[in-house]
Amino acid sequence: MRGLGLVVSNLKRRKLRTALTMLCIFVAFVLFGLLCALKEAFTAGVTVAGADRLIVRHKVSLIMLLPVTYGARMEQVPGVSSAVHFTWFNGIYQNEPKNFFATMPVNPEAFLDLYPEYALSDDQKQAWSEKRAGAIVGRTLAERFNWKIGDRIPLMSPIWPHKSGGAWEFEIVGVYDGAKKGTDTSGFFFRYDYFDEGRAQGEGMVGWYGVRVNDPDHADEVARAIDAEFANSPYETKAEPEGAFAQGFVQQIGNVRTMLLAILSAVFFTILLVAGTTMAQAVRERTAEIGVLKAVGFGNGRVLGLVLAESLVMTAAGGLAGLGAAWLFTAQGSPVPAMLPVFYLPTDALIAGVGMVLALGIAAGLLPALSAMRLPVAVALRKHV
Amino acid sequence: MSGQNGALVHIEKVNKTFRRGAEEIHILSQLNLEAPQGEFLALMGPSGSGKTTLLNLIGGLDRPTSGSVRIGDEQIDRMSNRRLAAWRARHIGLVFQFYNLLPVLTAERNVELPLLLTGLSSSQRRRHVEAALSVVGLTHRAKHYPRTLSGGEQQRTGIARAIVTDPTLLLCDEPTGDLDRKSGDEILALLQALNREHGKTIIMVTHDPHASARATRTVYLDKGRLSSEKPE
Ligand SMILES: Nc1ncnc2c1ncn2[C@@H]1O[C@H](COP(=O)(O)OP(=O)(O)O)[C@@H](O)[C@H]1O
Ligand SMILES: [Mg+2]
Repeated sequence: MRGLGLVVSNLKRRKLRTALTMLCIFVAFVLFGLLCALKEAFTAGVTVAGADRLIVRHKVSLIMLLPVTYGARMEQVPGVSSAVHFTWFNGIYQNEPKNFFATMPVNPEAFLDLYPEYALSDDQKQAWSEKRAGAIVGRTLAERFNWKIGDRIPLMSPIWPHKSGGAWEFEIVGVYDGAKKGTDTSGFFFRYDYFDEGRAQGEGMVGWYGVRVNDPDHADEVARAIDAEFANSPYETKAEPEGAFAQGFVQQIGNVRTMLLAILSAVFFTILLVAGTTMAQAVRERTAEIGVLKAVGFGNGRVLGLVLAESLVMTAAGGLAGLGAAWLFTAQGSPVPAMLPVFYLPTDALIAGVGMVLALGIAAGLLPALSAMRLPVAVALRKHV
Repeated sequence: MSGQNGALVHIEKVNKTFRRGAEEIHILSQLNLEAPQGEFLALMGPSGSGKTTLLNLIGGLDRPTSGSVRIGDEQIDRMSNRRLAAWRARHIGLVFQFYNLLPVLTAERNVELPLLLTGLSSSQRRRHVEAALSVVGLTHRAKHYPRTLSGGEQQRTGIARAIVTDPTLLLCDEPTGDLDRKSGDEILALLQALNREHGKTIIMVTHDPHASARATRTVYLDKGRLSSEKPE
């Protein structure tokens, strides 16, 4: 665009002011990016949740157990295609609770079938089915402790002590990747049969079930049918869609989305004032120059465009750099993998960020641009440069 | 592009009033002016008499309260703002007392400014800028910023900007008002050369009898009207 040189030259006029304003915008967009990644981290389970999956747990509490035999009964309920059980193992590595990661015994085949987002090669699947003490770990977790296939990992569990009184011994037979972005790859899964014969008490009991339904549109009905199947038994159940289950977790840590939105709104309102003030000053101190532009024939539309372009260049330089920095930071992976296993800047947040950069540029420049446009040329020229 | 009766500038029964609060101030009343193509007209008058106001009307920077302003065969007092801006770009070159250069642009980029509104390519624009700078004798200062130029050099840059589009009419508002005698004389000689050698029609507001001596004709503005006699 012609006149872009003029726009850039004008921005360089008050270098300190322009730099400080850009810095504010930069910081705001770094914050925006990180908060988006944080929101994604808190709600990852919800977005990855399959619409065709239910979670079935003990009616009273998630920590109360269900019989392993319920799996076969659930698969009899019309509309259910498969049921897979999980148990919270709470493995502790190197006697160091800080080394936390999720550990669960599962039935390998049924588990991998229900959760296709855990991508494991065929050889590794095979190895898992052959080794009773075999365990598979997510890529993030393997990298965190620098584990390789064949490594022997001893874990202690405060919930499930080993019969022998010693540690549980596992051998890593596979490392899985996330087939979908946002998949948690910080888990440690091992075989239920190995678990069941090793544990000191509680044989035949599992934590909860993941259930796949044939038709996601009827997930609610199937959930009610499952609960009805076990009503009045010693172990009554509560079945709900996986998304709702994950959302329940999120609500426990407060309504993250609303909180982040409130923070971001405050930040953007402040930035709008900062950028708007900068542009208003820029136009005010340049009244005579705007008069000259109009005098030599720049039309009102062009003058409006020049001021808006200046505002846009300023916000784009700060904002896009800020988004870029946030992206670079999140691309390094989670700073606290134990707490936030899933940590990345989603593409739609990046696109929304670019949209906000543009909106901010226009909003900050609009009033000053309109006043520059309306300024009568003869009046503007009477102000001396 | 002279009008029907040969005059390039044709102003008839022009009134201009400004409002200051409730008060109406009559600056120009029933003013007439004709200036033929090729003239170098000096416009004199006491401070506050309305010289700048009249120049603004001729240059399409402002509109009369009533009356007719015709330049060539265009009735500019009836043009829309948009058309008027385009008309100014084509036909008017402006030179100001305080030069009014953009401080963030070098001399050559200041001169180029009016050309940004034309369809010229950047190499064509560069050629026009070089030509205009050489006419005013400032080629060696092309890459300088206004603050590093003397007053006389800044005014030469201002003149180069005014002539770079080869306008029909050059309007100068006290072009030597901020300069010392020597620089002022150089600027006047330059304007005179533009008039004589390049055939530019020039209207120049001035306080300075030296300046008006260079013109082909002098008119005086007093109490809202023009006369060819210096008022007492
Ligand atoms: N936009 C305006 N509003 C009110 N008064 C104005 C305006 N522009 C000029 N004037 C007044 O008109 C008178 C003539 O101004 P001007 O044309 O600048 O005079 P000169 O150039 O002869 O010194 C002055 O008294 C000035 O204050
Ligand atoms: Mg004046």
